[in-house]
Amino acid sequence: MNVLSDNFAMFREGFIGTVELTVLSALLALVLGTLVAAFRVSPVPALRAFGTAWVTLLRNTPLVLLFLAVTLGLPALGLKGWDSFWLAVLALGCYTSAFICEALRSGINTVPVGQAEAARSIGMTFGQTLVQIVLPQAARTSIPPIGSLLIALAKNTAIASGFNVTELGSVQKTLNAASGYNIYVIFLWIAICYIIITFTISGLFRLLENRLAVAR
Amino acid sequence: MNEISVTKDVAPAADALVVLDKVNKHFGALHVLQDIDLTIARGEVVVVIGPSGSGKSTLCRTINRLETTDSGSITIDGKPLPQEGRELARLRADVGMVFQSFNLFAHKTVLENVTLGQVKVRRKDRKAAEATARSLLDRVGVGAQAEKYPAQLSGGQQQRVAIARALAMDPKVMLFDEPTSALDPEMINEVLEVMQQLARDGMTMVVVTHEMGFARSAANRVVFMADGRIVEEARPDQFFSNPRSDRAKDFLSKILHH
Repeated sequence: MNVLSDNFAMFREGFIGTVELTVLSALLALVLGTLVAAFRVSPVPALRAFGTAWVTLLRNTPLVLLFLAVTLGLPALGLKGWDSFWLAVLALGCYTSAFICEALRSGINTVPVGQAEAARSIGMTFGQTLVQIVLPQAARTSIPPIGSLLIALAKNTAIASGFNVTELGSVQKTLNAASGYNIYVIFLWIAICYIIITFTISGLFRLLENRLAVAR
Repeated sequence: MNEISVTKDVAPAADALVVLDKVNKHFGALHVLQDIDLTIARGEVVVVIGPSGSGKSTLCRTINRLETTDSGSITIDGKPLPQEGRELARLRADVGMVFQSFNLFAHKTVLENVTLGQVKVRRKDRKAAEATARSLLDRVGVGAQAEKYPAQLSGGQQQRVAIARALAMDPKVMLFDEPTSALDPEMINEVLEVMQQLARDGMTMVVVTHEMGFARSAANRVVFMADGRIVEEARPDQFFSNPRSDRAKDFLSKILHH
């Protein structure tokens, strides 16, 4: 049982890689997802069409294919100089944003229409109505599904190991190939690393849920 | 159905604030507003009554374009109602609206509800906005509830906060869309009293309501609607004692005698 202590530096690097990949992709996904959700409920038909296209395309593409498209396609189209880590953030962030968008939109649909009408009736613009009134109330109902989506994202980062990114998946591949450790023990330690990350995410979201649960 | 052409006993005053001209609206096949002509003078209190489904709520909501119209024009203080966008938002700020279901912002305190529009739309300084909000909350009698959330208030209190929220924008006209219909009977009066005070203070008001007592005591003019048309317009005493149209006679006989 000394695979962890023998290779602690490698585990640490892989763990940090996975955490960084998760956090940065999550931030990108939350920003893009909110923006696209705003597009999808906006009064401008062109924005709505763009939002629908974004969700349809990204939600229905297998993540591995998206990774291929980003790591091979984008450089071929002239986007040079991005290292594989940032390309992975881009792929994971865009992919997850489509799901975040839909989770938020389901939250938006639970906010009574009278709330937006009241906001408009005191002269707020569409943007103000969305940011001040609708999204804060939509967030409450969207938080549990968004928590699940970010946990899924944390586990999806494993795919990046196939594209030259150092994270927990690549630790497993290296150690498996290397030096005759018990393969189940390697898996066990890696699983524990993922559990630490995913439990942290669910803990954070439980806190957030409690914070936002204001008396109605 | 137009047994008499619309009877107007009150000549529209010179100083018209809200003018609806041949406004039409359909909900699918249903023609909810049919050639509505209505002029509301500055300082006038107009009460719109009529059977349910007559289009009175829709009429009220078209005045600040929460409902779009199919044809006709609506002008507020000489300016035609813009189609959408920032222009429309600016104009809406001048038109206060009070809803049947209060629609207070559920995630904001009472004070924030009354402050938000002033700060975000009128660009007022937060301190000044809070001072205005507190004095308005005192005026409608809910000053002590300022730090609470809407759900912690009774229906009557919530509706008075909603009136304060609309007044905080310093509107030119106030629209009331059945403001007491969702209230318990004992709370109706506290809201009506606030509205009566507002009427006495000279606010221009359009009130859709089933409260005939309020129509009698506070209205300058009663507009009776049925089936998407304005059937009769008259001073309240005339309307209630001597309605001219059969439709209004029928309506009044149903609601006044039981």
